[in-house]
Amino acid sequence: MLRFVLSRLLTFVPTFFGVTLVSFAFIRLLPGDPITLLAGERGISQERYDELAAQLGFDQPLWMQYFDYLAGIFQGDLGVSFVTKRPVLDEFMALFPATLELSICAITLAVLIGIPAGVIAAVNRGKFFDQALMTTALIGYSMPIFWWALLLIIVFSSGLGWTPVSGRMSLMFFIEGPTGFMTIDALLSGQEGAFKSAVSHLILPTIVLATIPLAIIARQTRSAMLEVLGEDYVRTARAKGLAPLRVNGFHALRNALIPVVTVIGLSVGTLLAGAILTETIFSWPGIGKWMVDSIFRRDYQAVQGGLLIIAVIVMIVNLTVDILYGAINPKIRNR
Amino acid sequence: MSDASSATARTIAQAPPSPIRDFWNAFKENRGAVMGMVVFALFLLIAIFAPILSPYPPDAQFRDSLLVPPVWEDGGKWQFPLGTDPLGRDMVSRLIHGARFSFFIGLVVVTVATFFGVVIGVIAGFAPRWLDTIIMRIMDIVLSFPSLLMALVLVAILGPSLLNAMVAIAIVLQPHFVRLTRAAVISERTRDYVTAARVAGAGRLRIMFRTVLPNCLAPIIVQAALSFSTAILDAAALGFLGMGAQPPTPEWGTMLAEAREFILRAWWVVTFPGLCILVTVLAINLMGDGLRDALDPKLKRS
Repeated sequence: MLRFVLSRLLTFVPTFFGVTLVSFAFIRLLPGDPITLLAGERGISQERYDELAAQLGFDQPLWMQYFDYLAGIFQGDLGVSFVTKRPVLDEFMALFPATLELSICAITLAVLIGIPAGVIAAVNRGKFFDQALMTTALIGYSMPIFWWALLLIIVFSSGLGWTPVSGRMSLMFFIEGPTGFMTIDALLSGQEGAFKSAVSHLILPTIVLATIPLAIIARQTRSAMLEVLGEDYVRTARAKGLAPLRVNGFHALRNALIPVVTVIGLSVGTLLAGAILTETIFSWPGIGKWMVDSIFRRDYQAVQGGLLIIAVIVMIVNLTVDILYGAINPKIRNR
Repeated sequence: MSDASSATARTIAQAPPSPIRDFWNAFKENRGAVMGMVVFALFLLIAIFAPILSPYPPDAQFRDSLLVPPVWEDGGKWQFPLGTDPLGRDMVSRLIHGARFSFFIGLVVVTVATFFGVVIGVIAGFAPRWLDTIIMRIMDIVLSFPSLLMALVLVAILGPSLLNAMVAIAIVLQPHFVRLTRAAVISERTRDYVTAARVAGAGRLRIMFRTVLPNCLAPIIVQAALSFSTAILDAAALGFLGMGAQPPTPEWGTMLAEAREFILRAWWVVTFPGLCILVTVLAINLMGDGLRDALDPKLKRS
């Protein structure tokens, strides 16, 4: 097991350096001179140019620049945003809880609906219920979520007036709390109605962001369950006369969950990509919207930093899933 | 002479059923897949014959008919069955031309990603260990970035245009083909028929691309079909974010972005382009599922 973990960690290291190389290359690959680009459209004087070049190390040879960049990363220095003049890491950390809160809600919703739906479909294989569920799942899987979000806004926000159109919190409240999770901070603040407002702002973005993972989880659960339901031990459990719920829920689902958990772990990338669209549409102040805004503001330092952190998050999650999977499944571990 | 012809007759009788017929028999069992194929064929025809089918050019403006609702709503005109957009352009004509863009995007992106992915994958599968490791680590690096984010950043580097969006999406999709091809190649490489070909004196390239590759095609074809829908979705998402096709191109995602501010006043300008994306992507995914079940019994969802 230790050898397995070590070998996975060993493949992590070159990938990590590769990712830093990609984010390092990003600013240098932009057409035009990086400093003129960073300075924006107002233009820049020669002295200021030289000063910036020296400050950012652009007067150094490329390999030196890369080593400086790497050294900065290990000290948590991802550069300073050119628009807000704040450290990129601080900006990221300030916005990350919003994305995390939304993602946690979305994945929870996806799991709570997706797994039971997959199990029910598998148990009723071929029947109407199975077909209806799987058709719905395929529609969800094929959904352009930016359009889905607009439809939900048309129906629930402007049509029925049930949910707000954008943001995290009604302007009536000012919540600044220890966790950065608006729902929790609202509860802690004790302001009446704040929690309700936070939840109502969460509903539509959560549904939109959960759609594709939900479809994937339902499909994966169904196919994993079908595989397990054909196994001998399930037949034995059934032959022993155990109640169907116990057989399906306990014997089968527990074993079918292994691939499902993998899929859940691997959907972090999907979630973050979905967060880009969801947050942009709902003006959700998280890192997805921040990345898009930064690209449009030509705040390339911010884009570079965000790119690196997001990739590292995805890598760490994938690595963890990989190791957990190996821990559960000896066949993988000893390969 | 008669011996020879009877021998041929026997071979024909014993010949295995053609793989294409086998495939079709398995494929047509799946009602959803057939339905998907019919819709996809329609979509293809619309894309090809767009200039003939569409009543007006996609950028023709009717200044006296801004935001006309669809014909079944109050104020709708038969002249514009699905209404007009804020600039007075016919929705039907724009949507029909949009099919062209989506199909073109899907085709080009999948061709490019499949071609490079398969070639690199075959090379990795046959390469010495160090080269294989380098290739796969590079693919890991590309896959560490969420696809849409990577595409966005690439477009930021290349500049926002439809072509650059396509290049970006192809780059993002291509590692999947590399992984898939490599895995298939590695499992085929040690089979007896490969050894036989090598003993018979086949060169390295011939073994790679003529002997082994054809036996790895099933999962690649399935992946290509599913990537077609991913390409359409991602291109639409980039268009929606303003990083893909630029207005006034009648690309479905770009149309949605242009229509966004009218969402409360004119539901049709938002609803129809998205519906087109959904139906097209759904049809392709249905077909892809059917392809997988028919081509690759091992992966069968059963």
